[in-house]
Amino acid sequence: MANETPVSIKVNGKEEQRDVEPRLLLAHFLREDLGLTGTHIGCDTTQCGACTVLIDGKSVKACTVFAVQADGSEVTTIEGVGAEGELHPVQEGFWEEHGLQCGYCTPGMIMSGIHLLNENKNPSEQEIREGISGNFCRCTGYQHIVNAIQYAAKKG
Amino acid sequence: MLPQTDYVKASSVAHALDMLHQYGTGAAILAGGTDLIVDMRERRREPTMLVDISSVEELAEIDVGTGNIRIGAGVTVAGLAGSAIVQHQLPLVTEVTRHFADYLTRNRATIGGNLANASPGADLVPPLLALNASVVLATAQGERTVDLNDFLVGPRRTLLLWNELVRAIHIPTPVPRGQAYEKLGLRTGGAIAVVSCAVSMDQAGGECRRVRIGLGAVAPRAFRSSEAEQIMEGHMFSSDIAARAAEAAANSSQPISDVRGSAEYRHAMVRALVERALHAAYERSSEPQE
Repeated sequence: MANETPVSIKVNGKEEQRDVEPRLLLAHFLREDLGLTGTHIGCDTTQCGACTVLIDGKSVKACTVFAVQADGSEVTTIEGVGAEGELHPVQEGFWEEHGLQCGYCTPGMIMSGIHLLNENKNPSEQEIREGISGNFCRCTGYQHIVNAIQYAAKKG
Repeated sequence: MLPQTDYVKASSVAHALDMLHQYGTGAAILAGGTDLIVDMRERRREPTMLVDISSVEELAEIDVGTGNIRIGAGVTVAGLAGSAIVQHQLPLVTEVTRHFADYLTRNRATIGGNLANASPGADLVPPLLALNASVVLATAQGERTVDLNDFLVGPRRTLLLWNELVRAIHIPTPVPRGQAYEKLGLRTGGAIAVVSCAVSMDQAGGECRRVRIGLGAVAPRAFRSSEAEQIMEGHMFSSDIAARAAEAAANSSQPISDVRGSAEYRHAMVRALVERALHAAYERSSEPQE
């Protein structure tokens, strides 16, 4: 490729250096260049939030950010949350409260839930619903997702 | 795949302007990307050079100046929502941030981008019109300041020249204390406006002063309804006069029928929303603070 640009992005704590085309979206960079397929692509039209990741702690749709724009930033994906046998409180909430059915929206939901709780330790039900308003779930009707985030908030 | 393009991360406003000048009409300013990337995906825009201003710190500041509040074009919607200056002095803007797309988009989308993209339904525009905002446009040669109401020309059309950058938004102070916002969408979260309206006003002993009414999504561009403003201006507030002004606002709009609603529905909703916003703004208003 003629116009590749070098990027250095800290992904889940690990410095990643690659040459990328400017048009490459962060979601594709994560999935295809780094093999981090936990970041799902749902709609590919900037609506559904399945591709939600954190850039420097802020939740964004990774399908609507160029990888080059994340140069010099810290990106957290679902792979960077919790560990085997040691779930993050939001993950534990989804487990305990049955916050998923098909699971497609779950990584994005969890990333939005984490951002929400970072900004607001004790959100009301309404604030949780607003906080995940950029993430679509087509299975659950959201009630168990809200319960899952409430579970995580209670756990602190 | 998106269209192929080159990319430069601007380190300053001067650098960005230099790049615009160098690459001409093929260049596009990239800030939050929430409109531009969508347009590139749909091939509505195919820039050959992206000038990324998202790390230019001088564009991300909010300052209280003499006679105005200056908001850098690169301030995100989340940045507006979290700003103490905005919360205290511009509650109308804080209010609209809660109705702007969703959390994820608010973390990227910028005020400058929302204005420069010039969607007829751009959420920030009616409140900024009601606050009598002006837009500071910069070129390598200097700056000019234009009224927001003049800056917007038509759907996705503005006064912005190919080598210009939206640098800041100025809101004159003191700001009228009576501020109200109404947005009708087809759902609560992430909705595109069917109709949106913002009102600001002062009062003196019940007499309406400095009444400004901004409307969105009901004409080729967001606009101020001077017809409705004139009905209110200098008159004692009453339900009757608010109803007449709301009727005038509806008549000054030129809504289209689309997937979100018919022209007739929008006309009726302008009337309802403006009337509601006028009442709310009047209740929150106080004597002018000079």
